[in-house]
Amino acid sequence: MSSSDFEHEVKLSLTVNGRRYTRTVEPRMLLADFLRHELGLTGTHVGCEHGVCGACTVQFDGEPARSCLTFAVQAQGHAISTVESLAGGPGKLSVLQEAFRECHGLQCGYCTPGILMTMQAYLAQHPDPTEAEVREALSGNLCRCTGYQHIVDAVLLAAKNLRAGAAA
Amino acid sequence: MSTRYFGQPVKRNEDARLLTGSALFVDDVELSGMLHAAFLRSPHAHAKIISIDVEAAKARPGVIAIYTAEDLGDYWQHGPLLVPPPPVPGIVFNLRTQVPLAKGVTRHVGEPVVLVIAESRYIAEDAVGDIYIDWEALPVAAELEAAARPDAPRVYPDIPGNVAAHAHQKRGDYGRAAKDAHVTIKRRFTYDHGCSQPMETRGVVAQWDNKADKLTIWDTTQAPVAIRNGMAAMLGLSERQVRVIAPFIGGGFGPKIMMFYPEEVLIPWVAIQLNTPVKWIEDRAEHFFATTHERGQIHDAEMAIDKEGKIIGIKDVFLHDTGAYDPYGLTVPINSQCTLLGPYVVPHYDSMFTAVFTNKTLVTPYRGAGRQHGVFVMERLLDIAAREIGITPAEIRRRNFIAPDAFPYNHGIIYQDFTELTYDSGNYEPILDQVLATIGYEKFLAEEQPRLRAEGKCVGIAVVCYVEGTGIGPYEGAKVQVQASGKVSVVTGIGTQGQGHFTSFAQIVADACGVDVTNVEVITGDTDAFYWGAGTFASRGAVVAGNAIGQAAGLVRQKILATAAEHFECAETDLIIENGKVSLNGVPGHSITLGELAGMANPMRGAVAPGTEPGLEATSYFGPPMGATASGAHAMIVEVDPETMMVEIKRYAVAHDCGVVINPLIVEGQVQGGVAQGIGNAFFEDLVYNDEGQLLNASLADYLLPSSMDVPRMEMTHTVTPSPLNPLGIKGVGEAGAIPVGPLFAQALEDALQLPKRGVELLDIPLSPSKLWELARNA
Ligand code: FES
Ligand code: FES
Repeated sequence: MSSSDFEHEVKLSLTVNGRRYTRTVEPRMLLADFLRHELGLTGTHVGCEHGVCGACTVQFDGEPARSCLTFAVQAQGHAISTVESLAGGPGKLSVLQEAFRECHGLQCGYCTPGILMTMQAYLAQHPDPTEAEVREALSGNLCRCTGYQHIVDAVLLAAKNLRAGAAA
Repeated sequence: MSTRYFGQPVKRNEDARLLTGSALFVDDVELSGMLHAAFLRSPHAHAKIISIDVEAAKARPGVIAIYTAEDLGDYWQHGPLLVPPPPVPGIVFNLRTQVPLAKGVTRHVGEPVVLVIAESRYIAEDAVGDIYIDWEALPVAAELEAAARPDAPRVYPDIPGNVAAHAHQKRGDYGRAAKDAHVTIKRRFTYDHGCSQPMETRGVVAQWDNKADKLTIWDTTQAPVAIRNGMAAMLGLSERQVRVIAPFIGGGFGPKIMMFYPEEVLIPWVAIQLNTPVKWIEDRAEHFFATTHERGQIHDAEMAIDKEGKIIGIKDVFLHDTGAYDPYGLTVPINSQCTLLGPYVVPHYDSMFTAVFTNKTLVTPYRGAGRQHGVFVMERLLDIAAREIGITPAEIRRRNFIAPDAFPYNHGIIYQDFTELTYDSGNYEPILDQVLATIGYEKFLAEEQPRLRAEGKCVGIAVVCYVEGTGIGPYEGAKVQVQASGKVSVVTGIGTQGQGHFTSFAQIVADACGVDVTNVEVITGDTDAFYWGAGTFASRGAVVAGNAIGQAAGLVRQKILATAAEHFECAETDLIIENGKVSLNGVPGHSITLGELAGMANPMRGAVAPGTEPGLEATSYFGPPMGATASGAHAMIVEVDPETMMVEIKRYAVAHDCGVVINPLIVEGQVQGGVAQGIGNAFFEDLVYNDEGQLLNASLADYLLPSSMDVPRMEMTHTVTPSPLNPLGIKGVGEAGAIPVGPLFAQALEDALQLPKRGVELLDIPLSPSKLWELARNA
């Protein structure tokens, strides 16, 4: 345990990926650091720590949010989901994840968790987007490797497959 | 060999791990009791350190240790020279390499001065704020041309004019030949290449295991083997005592293969001193100052052409900004000097450069590694020449190509791998034809552009060509082994940063050993798994490691056949390897799995016959005699809004030739990603320094990386001219996409805004809407 000012630490209870956690944290601890280093959920990545790259995107009560711009204590009583929750079990991939694999929508994969969390929420609300709409929705997430084309293809494919799944 | 996987768009083996958040990156390493590092970095570009007061920091609860240069004792050493200067006659080279912590003086903003170790990164950063340093600011050499003047402030007191290097290469006699020129074109070009900005910054975690007498380092490096060797030497350990793991790396693009970054040198040493694991992860602000850049060159270039637009010769004198230290030798400016020649015949070439120390972050290769700068000069000169004699940019390129029967083609100057710059193979005209057909060049010029212009639209088209030296030596190696599970493992020493090695290498092995590609496990970036190697740079992974793997897999295939032939008591030619089994041809039911054969090859009784080895395993090495030269052409149609100067890319076409392709999906991804970085370089990314050597836009909010709105869909075609230099016929592709985008933008924007008619030429990269607006307004 840290020997620094204990009296400043506060108690935090929240739900992450459907599981309840209670921890004591410094109020200044970022949600990204909390998820990664306190809970060991290292799938959420940190690219810039200043809200630009989107690598750290998680869902906060279902809405995409930058975990580098959120203090852990702000999540008190809320539900967070991270990339670790998407596949729905070992050895499985969600429709969106599968589409990324199909279309080669990732290279180094560092930006990918943030993009998945952003686009999963987007597709839930926009089941039939155009390419231009996907590009716009994606524009808050930087990827340095792919040039985006295969990511856009993957999101469009996932939308199609999700619609087909919903219709079936 | 069947070709079931080789050449196919096989989906990647590594994706599931990356998509589910279960891939290990360096910052994901958590070790019990781990401490955290933060650095106090120089706020000045050039300053004397008068005194350092760390007492308040030391007193802060949670702070474990603090180190300045003085505290490092003998461990404080200058870094090594990575690439010695090439054997160019008369070359001047002044070696000055970086140090772990600044001692007495700092030479660029962001240079580390004090290292703080604490129980958490939060506390470590608090303690950095507690440190007081008394600085005395020194005069700064910032802007490249100013820094090169004899009376400029000196980065090193003993080096007037800040000359880091000077090299002159010549072919033929430009001065004499140019006298016969129909036209001579002379211009000044400036080309700034920014910084690589991988989405994952750098990081190092080190753990000393007292009981095993062994150090483990997790490092975001592109060259784990070289880091292992260097760290062992610096720490006085044997190589076997040091294990370097480069796990999943979140993009590299060149700067992750610097040796050695100060943090790389310090964190393992501290872990040993404190006998406790230590982690340092670079934040994005640090990354802008502490990770190497590429930056700029200024070229005064001249091209002599004849009546037909054929190049008689080129003369180029350029300055290269190398930053405060030059551990990478002359790799970047030599690349510029050589790659300038492109796919063209240049009978007379006279090129001289001076590399200049400045008080800025050091310059090392970033995707393209100086090739962009040379390509920009050549392509722009050709554009201007085409205008002078009244032919299209496409036509002047066609008239100057090296003929397909002229290979191997020797340019008669020395390249970065120290061999004479020689192209192994190529066929350039079909590539140009392809890209012109894809973009509809003739039709656009004849019909669409006049029509759109009549509607008041500013539309332009461009086409440029380039070559890329790839796949240089020295060598890589690989070990392929059939596991008792029936899966095949392949280990190699190179690091991987997203290039799909887990898949392309698996494809090579899957075909040779007759297994499903998902049953090939590729292990890279762990020095305990494979001892030898050089690293991932210069678009060489697939070429050099790929061929080593191909050879090793071929040897394992022979062992599989020999073992099976013995088992079935048949000739090897009667056997078929497929689906993880060896079967007797034409005898249904007679088959044995690779796993069973692996067991037979490792018997528990009996002796291993002389001259044989247990197991189905082979190790092989491959080193090409010289680099393989890939080539390509890009074309683009843009529309510019004359009010805002925002550019919309309407069409983007790529035709390229990277020899034989292992996985077209991965190659496409590499090219698309390269083009995206090229677009950033051409139009968005600009490292803005003031005269004090302060970087003014060190955040991703101000240094603009292209987004999904800025990078267009690309239309891609491939031709294949196999490389004769390696058995698989591969050429590298990692950097190709990024190289020609600057001149493409310049040509397209000049055309769209009809700038030359108004007396304006675009001779500088990066461009931006505001720069365009200024230029157009002053026209
Ligand atoms: S790390 Fe949060 S937006 Fe970049
Ligand atoms: S795949 Fe590397 S940053 Fe997106």
